[in-house]
Amino acid sequence: MSTQPYGLIAMYDTPADIMHAAEQVRDAGYKFWDVIAPFPLHGLDRAMGIRRSRVPRISILGGITGFTTGMSLIYWVGAVHYRVTIGGKPFFSPLFAFPVSYELTILFTAFATIGGMFLLNKLPMHYHPVMKHPTIDRGSNDRFFLVIETRDPRFNPANTRALLETSGGREIAELEA
Amino acid sequence: MAHSETATAAAPAILNEVKPAELPRPALINNHRDFAWITDKICGILEEKTPTWWWWCFAAACFVASFTVAGIIYLVATGIGVWGHRSPVNWAWDIVNFVFWIGIGHAGTLISAILCLLRQKWRTSINRAAEAMTIFAVVCAGIFPVFHVGRVWYAWFLFPIPNYNQIWQNFRSPLEWDVFAVSTYGTVSVLFWYVGLIPDLATLRDRFAAAGKRLRARIYGFFAMGWRGSNRHWSNYEMAYLILAGIATPLVLSVHTVVSFDFAVSLIPGWHTTIFPPYFVAGAIFSGFGMVLTLMLPLRAIYKLEDLVTQYHIDCMCKIALATGTMVGYAYAMEFFIAWYGANPYEGFTFINRAFGPYAWAYWTMITCNVITPQFFWFKKVRQNTAMVWILSIFINVGMWFERFVIIATSLTRDFLPSSWGYYSPSIVEIFTFFGTFGVFSVLFLLFIRFLPIMPMAELKAVSPQADPHAGHEHH
Repeated sequence: MSTQPYGLIAMYDTPADIMHAAEQVRDAGYKFWDVIAPFPLHGLDRAMGIRRSRVPRISILGGITGFTTGMSLIYWVGAVHYRVTIGGKPFFSPLFAFPVSYELTILFTAFATIGGMFLLNKLPMHYHPVMKHPTIDRGSNDRFFLVIETRDPRFNPANTRALLETSGGREIAELEA
Repeated sequence: MAHSETATAAAPAILNEVKPAELPRPALINNHRDFAWITDKICGILEEKTPTWWWWCFAAACFVASFTVAGIIYLVATGIGVWGHRSPVNWAWDIVNFVFWIGIGHAGTLISAILCLLRQKWRTSINRAAEAMTIFAVVCAGIFPVFHVGRVWYAWFLFPIPNYNQIWQNFRSPLEWDVFAVSTYGTVSVLFWYVGLIPDLATLRDRFAAAGKRLRARIYGFFAMGWRGSNRHWSNYEMAYLILAGIATPLVLSVHTVVSFDFAVSLIPGWHTTIFPPYFVAGAIFSGFGMVLTLMLPLRAIYKLEDLVTQYHIDCMCKIALATGTMVGYAYAMEFFIAWYGANPYEGFTFINRAFGPYAWAYWTMITCNVITPQFFWFKKVRQNTAMVWILSIFINVGMWFERFVIIATSLTRDFLPSSWGYYSPSIVEIFTFFGTFGVFSVLFLLFIRFLPIMPMAELKAVSPQADPHAGHEHH
């Protein structure tokens, strides 16, 4: 493994500051960079140029699986595996199978959504270079950080530092990998 | 294009001419509190030394909870006959208490899911505590059907797990639908609550780590899943939260609909009505808001949270209680109307018997608490009087319990055969078991306020005025 640092980090005080800084870093053409914020900032996704989240694609798969599971379970137990006549009713009907399938749709969608969110975010990840930064606890409290990684093709120690400075970043520091 | 440009250019000129009034939006956070204040305030609640009142309340709650434990041990050791059920009343307090507790839970999901979809930002101050209330209420609700099966060690027969009899559940029965509805509801509520907690657990992890409390930092850090507030994560997180809100909304409506199917799908007079699903859902939300007010008002007073739970929040909750209470009142009236208009003699008798029969005392208690009590919320003076609101919320809780009791007891004690008519009263074991569930609920809720942030800090920060990146910038 190389010993080059993970990246450069800078702190910003207000939502407006980080928003402008993110726009500048985006326009400078960086790809591997991130913002650390204590809450989801309205409009920051656009300022960073992040695409729409892909969580819904995983959710819909969960929903389809849930509904199919419900319908096929009830069909199999009632009409295939052990047929019992109850009140002269059919062995299977999608009508009486619907409430259970409906609930399973929701249950599986919920698991898929949360699982998908963790998967796309690559969580749980309990150790990350950003977390070693001494003042990073402000990032879950009241301050905003911008991190540019060294693996970014446009990364250049001097220029990137200058960009963070001109965009209003304070306490610029190197993050060890 | 040209058309829309002229339209936007023309708008300001017209606005200058007509001078529209600025609609005042009540602040959701008073006194211009900043981000750090919110963090310190909420984290301070669980970082401070355990207050004495907490220990007293906890001891009292444990004592009350022991009644449920004793009642259940006696039931399991002796048999289901220790409850006051006898034909034709084969379920009574257990289903009453089950529906009562499940209903209470519904306000939590309404606040966290439906109000999220409706972009009601005032929900942020109360949603964490309300979701906790939902989960603990579902725990209390689950006790009753699980122990009503008698041989509780066979409770797994409720689920389609292969067994040596090779017989499956009857999926035509609403009771089996209920198994799926309630277990899905419990699971999704926990997941939704947990997802909301992740960023706040990360905040706590960072605070404990900074304060040098390594063990606590590790425990909170474990559950925070390594959340670091990355905006690329927030983007997926917000989408996931929105989808969860989107699926929890049809879920909460379906759960009480299915609960009402337990009755509506039967042929018993007074139960076999199509009004049941909406009527049960409205009642559930009504009772839940009663409980949210019962819990939040003391919390607000004890922890001095007036800047976060403002008068505006209380107004909103009271107005929802008023709206849903009035819907419930309308449903009571409509049931009577249909009983008369439907011209079914059994149905007609059931309703006359409800209002003037042996359970008239319970019926009029219900009407007083559920229909008359919320009407006080029309008055601003009442809504601004916190003590008054709290007392009214207790009446709502009582009234909604009686609603379920009235529905079940009056219909079952007067069934089709007059020879089997009777009067149902609970046994002491039933009373103990139900009384104890308030202790179980309180124990869980007290542990919650001691170990988890009672308000979602990240969401509160996001709705505070200084979170707007354009604040103070006239351009843009």
